[in-house]
Amino acid sequence: MINRGEILETIEMIDQQHLDVRTVTMGISLLDCCDGSAERACRKIYDKITRSAGDLVRTVEEIEAEFGIPIVNKRISVTPIALVAAASDAADYVCFARALDAARAETGVDFVGGFSALVQKGMTPADERLIRSIPRALAETELVCSSVNVGSTRAGINMDAVELMGRVIKETASLTADRGGFGCAKLVVFCNAVEDNPFMAGAFHGVSEPDRVINVGVSGPGVVHHALRAVRGEPFDVVAETIKKTAFQVTRMGQLVAQEASRRLGVPFGIVDLSLAPTPAVGDSVARILEEMGLAVCGTHGTTAALALLNDAVKKGGVMASSSVGGLSGAFIPVSEDEGMIAAARGGTLCLDKLEAMTCVCSVGLDMIAVPGSTGAATLSAIIADEAAIGMINSKTTAVRLIPAPGLDVGDTVEFGGLLGSAPVMAVHSESAAEFISRGGRIPAPMHSLRN
Amino acid sequence: MKAIVTVIGKDRVGIIADVSQLLAQRGVNVLDISQTVLQDYFTMVMLVDAGGCTIPFAELTSLLRAEGERLGLEIRAQREDIFNAMHRI
Repeated sequence: MINRGEILETIEMIDQQHLDVRTVTMGISLLDCCDGSAERACRKIYDKITRSAGDLVRTVEEIEAEFGIPIVNKRISVTPIALVAAASDAADYVCFARALDAARAETGVDFVGGFSALVQKGMTPADERLIRSIPRALAETELVCSSVNVGSTRAGINMDAVELMGRVIKETASLTADRGGFGCAKLVVFCNAVEDNPFMAGAFHGVSEPDRVINVGVSGPGVVHHALRAVRGEPFDVVAETIKKTAFQVTRMGQLVAQEASRRLGVPFGIVDLSLAPTPAVGDSVARILEEMGLAVCGTHGTTAALALLNDAVKKGGVMASSSVGGLSGAFIPVSEDEGMIAAARGGTLCLDKLEAMTCVCSVGLDMIAVPGSTGAATLSAIIADEAAIGMINSKTTAVRLIPAPGLDVGDTVEFGGLLGSAPVMAVHSESAAEFISRGGRIPAPMHSLRN
Repeated sequence: MKAIVTVIGKDRVGIIADVSQLLAQRGVNVLDISQTVLQDYFTMVMLVDAGGCTIPFAELTSLLRAEGERLGLEIRAQREDIFNAMHRI
């Protein structure tokens, strides 16, 4: 029998250290829903999702009760809609977003992701129609998430798409101005997007995936933080080992949930995403882990090194705990969703430039960052270009989820509530990049030798 | 199916009796008990066989939680697999 200490340790992790499974996400292929008539295609999409994921919420809730593990979100990711809608006669694709939202409401899941286009090398007319539909789609639906991949290590960066996305983000913010630009919280711009990501807003079901799949994202910054408290003052070797052991335990729990969900639903298991996903709750922060390592405030000098260690140790610990690892796997640094990041940004220590540096060594990118409402589209595009360049050169996924908060300026805060938290508006550079962005074209793919 | 029942609460007379009775009424067999009292707090860990449980296991977990609240205790029932996964390779 497992000893009493181990059992109570697990219970303490769940009760006091916010250990949870962040999401069980069912990926569903919609490639068989293409139709010349948009109306018929939307009906097929609604039918396929509700048929495929009808039992998802009930099954996951059962697992939650039987294992005593909180499973925070149940989600659905679908084939990028630009591919599904391409055959249709629709002039804009808002109707597809509505079909996704209706299916979400019927299945009872928290989010559906995949109002997406992959345009790293070029845009088809369907890709462009989808991108131009994003502002209305996000304003007129509740919990549909959108993502656009604008670059990759193999293709380079599509600067026409980068330019367009700056304008799309502005328009999305203005159409959801009554909710602080909430639409932008559901929109991610990627470089090197992955096909099996269970996390929102960037989840979509890649074309190389099976018909249906179960992907699981774990969490656990609080558990790592707690474990590091016990090794205060010890050298970094000890810090790394401690994180690895904790990540192993957290991931084993995620693997168990994934296998159980897969078996009960009769849907193949895809991957576990080895993630440290924070929440706005006190004690569930990635920033506080970095501070526990000896930094006075997250964002000061040393933060990038601390994050690099954390990110790598999480992967090393987690990879042995799961039979299949994928997704974004690493520490997330969404500013508005992390209590410590919010405090560091409010205090002025954590700034956009430092966050950009941090994204070189951790999962994803500039995430859930509010910038002044007056920020121009070209500046947003330039921020996207910088972040995509980091991803392209370093062969990693990077993403940008910015909220140009309408009517707000540095010093103000946008409240989103729930997991999305509250975002202190952060300063951007005022000098223009408009001429740079207006060039358009493509930044060529980098070479892979002579690496320096 | 084996499960772990943990009971935490302020120590008093009859906690083991109360919890055992709740389990017996639903056909749950107790296989092993380990308990201690630390600073007036009673902590008990039971290994049980819920194979003969008369209600679905998910229902048993919420019933124990609710009964626990009534008795001033925190009672959890969790499938044993979660602890094996996290603490054994």
